[in-house]
Amino acid sequence: MTRKQRRLILIGSSLGVLAVAVGLVLNAMRGSIVFFESPTDVVEHQLAPDARIRIGGLVKAGSVERGDNLRIRFVITDGKHDIPVQYQGIVPDLFREGQGVVAEGKLESGGMFVADTVLAKHDERYMPKEVVDALKKSGRWQEGEAQTAKGATK
Amino acid sequence: MIPELGHYALVLALALGLLQSVVPVIGAQRRDAALMGLANSTALMQFGLVALSFAALATCYITSDFSVRTVFENSNSLMPLIYKITSVWGNHEGSMLLWVLILSLFGALVALFGGNLPASLKANALAVQSWIACAFYLFILLTSNPFLRLQPAPFEGQSLNPILQDPGLAVHPPLLYLGYVGFSMAFSFAIAALIEGRIDAAWARWVRPWTLGAWMCLTLGIAGGSYWAYYTLGWGGFWFWDPVENASLMPWLAGTALLHSAVVMEKRNALKIWTILLAILTFSLSLIGTFLVRSGVLTSVHSFANDPRRGVFILAILVLFIGGGLTLFAWRAPLLKQGGLFAPISREGALVFNNLFLTTACLTVLTGTLYPLALEALTGAKITVGGPFFNLTFGPLFLVLMFAMPFGPLLAWKRGDLLGATQRLMAAIGVALIAIGLAFAVEGRTSVLAPFGVGLAFFVMAGALVDIAERTGLFRAPLASVRARAAGLPRSGWGTAVAHFGIAVSLLGIVGAAAWGTERIMEIKPSQIVSLSGYDLRYEGLKQMPGPNYTEEVGTFTVSKGDDLIGVMHPSKRTFASRGMTTNEAALMARGPGQLYLSLGDSKSDGSIAIRLYYKPMVLLIWLGAVIMMLGGALSLSDRRLRVGAPKPAAKSALQPAE
Repeated sequence: MTRKQRRLILIGSSLGVLAVAVGLVLNAMRGSIVFFESPTDVVEHQLAPDARIRIGGLVKAGSVERGDNLRIRFVITDGKHDIPVQYQGIVPDLFREGQGVVAEGKLESGGMFVADTVLAKHDERYMPKEVVDALKKSGRWQEGEAQTAKGATK
Repeated sequence: MIPELGHYALVLALALGLLQSVVPVIGAQRRDAALMGLANSTALMQFGLVALSFAALATCYITSDFSVRTVFENSNSLMPLIYKITSVWGNHEGSMLLWVLILSLFGALVALFGGNLPASLKANALAVQSWIACAFYLFILLTSNPFLRLQPAPFEGQSLNPILQDPGLAVHPPLLYLGYVGFSMAFSFAIAALIEGRIDAAWARWVRPWTLGAWMCLTLGIAGGSYWAYYTLGWGGFWFWDPVENASLMPWLAGTALLHSAVVMEKRNALKIWTILLAILTFSLSLIGTFLVRSGVLTSVHSFANDPRRGVFILAILVLFIGGGLTLFAWRAPLLKQGGLFAPISREGALVFNNLFLTTACLTVLTGTLYPLALEALTGAKITVGGPFFNLTFGPLFLVLMFAMPFGPLLAWKRGDLLGATQRLMAAIGVALIAIGLAFAVEGRTSVLAPFGVGLAFFVMAGALVDIAERTGLFRAPLASVRARAAGLPRSGWGTAVAHFGIAVSLLGIVGAAAWGTERIMEIKPSQIVSLSGYDLRYEGLKQMPGPNYTEEVGTFTVSKGDDLIGVMHPSKRTFASRGMTTNEAALMARGPGQLYLSLGDSKSDGSIAIRLYYKPMVLLIWLGAVIMMLGGALSLSDRRLRVGAPKPAAKSALQPAE
């Protein structure tokens, strides 16, 4: 084999592997990507039925109801619209009323959001970025809010 | 006074760094030994000054000097000493200082141990190293100064994020940074080689140990971070495909590829241009990782507090070094001479295969990590790319790579014999088939794919043993000659087999824990019993305990199997008053290579408490495998031919009596 033929084999097989990888990526993109929506997005946009989404906002004050077998219901709000959520499992340590939360799951036809994952922030100082953006969009976010909240607890 | 001293030392380091960035390059152009030699002393002094600066910051933390802003924000006089020390890098500013400390350490090591390097290569490499250092000194001084003071000084600090108050913080970031930053050596040497327009096998012999050392640290650092997340986040996951984790995985994949291509370059003087490119890409991925974690484009436990100027600054560094490096590569690489020829089926061919799959797998991780950021920037849509995406893309590519792994070391250089290699692997194939059969017989109903995963892991493990058996002539030659050949086998040969064995052990752990793990998430009342996979846990009650800077609710569960009491588990939740936060301390009980995992949720007024209970068979193998891989790297690093300044092999063997 000449140097040229060998190089062709090398380039050909590289392109082959790359093509397979691109195929895998495109295939995975179709099925395994989750969009993030604010409660306003959910109300105003038509969502594909059975689509997995993430909803982020604040846990509405006074909305948390705990049932048996770790069942919990609460309302996610961005100040404009509310979405009722139900979940079965253990909510994160920093899940609290009035605090930021992100829930992942599916919207049922009755308007109830059935979550299989509930995420809260990692740290009392910072909100999940998506929640901040969602609140900014609905005009309910003031810069420095986190800091004043912090000062108030001192 | 001490913080100002630290600040001043860092400014001095920057001044020396600027000097080192320019003078040695001029020296190398003019072949002026004095100008080139300057880099040695400035590299050592830079390290001394940054170490002084770091020590100054550490002193502020240890003495709880809350007049320093970062100390006030991240420390607290009640914290135990170890967390006061680890808080130094448990925040943005301090972690960047650790970053440059390690960078300057590597520069100093080159200055100290680079005696047998060509003078101009050494001078240029140290200059490039100093360019990187200067960029990050400026970043720290201009946007992230850890020594800023507060006036008036607060009486008490705000304390470190409780999630970070864990021994893991003492180990994980320094190891990870040793890995990330260690790849800068490969980058600096690659750029230096491009500046000179000359490269040879000696270059690879020089770069490989640094890359190997960095790779070992990164391997342990990633595994350590994974174990830390596993026991501290309370739900038993060991890898989340979180962008921040991907940021550390990508340099690991590229670095692994670099290690393998450097072998080809060193042994056969081939793949030179590719190796240079990989060296640039590996460090570029380290920089991208630093950018993702430090710029605030992502929110996670790693991102601390951030302001947007930092993101722009790191992005500028990123563009400068990656863009500059690749431009220089495009301009100068054609000057490098072509290397040796090899057939597609050969050891070289196998290593090219390895590189192809590792870089492609790395590319899919990069796509999954950056795509959401790009999409949000372009269309405003927010998406999450999680585990399922990576399982469908990275997974298959890596499995193919694992399958090919045992063949590589059995092929000869230049022209290999695939059929012969397959025949020699018959034993390994047999072991794999038995493993698949056994896995199906024992656990077949739960998962169809998992037994094949087990089979693959055993194939690679047995393949590594076959490699050693072949090289030592085990089962074919008399025992004495086997022993002699084993002793004569280069350590890097042992290292290959051990590292390949290690990754198979990790694969076995991942398959076992993912496919056959069981879980119960429930509420439990005192003296109630919960059963899982043959273990019975009885909830005895909850106790309040005081800690140094927290209060703790400790649950007591007695564990029995059949009629035997085998132990007590104490999961707990800690509440930190200074931050109004709780953290979860899962209780772990090792059962062979598996673990019982128990963590607490909320307690109710009627005395019941929510628990998560997992049984994870083989889970410890995941991290054990990483340690074995690291040991393989260490064996290879101790190879005589890679040891710096080692005596010539011939001189030594003449003295050895014939056995």
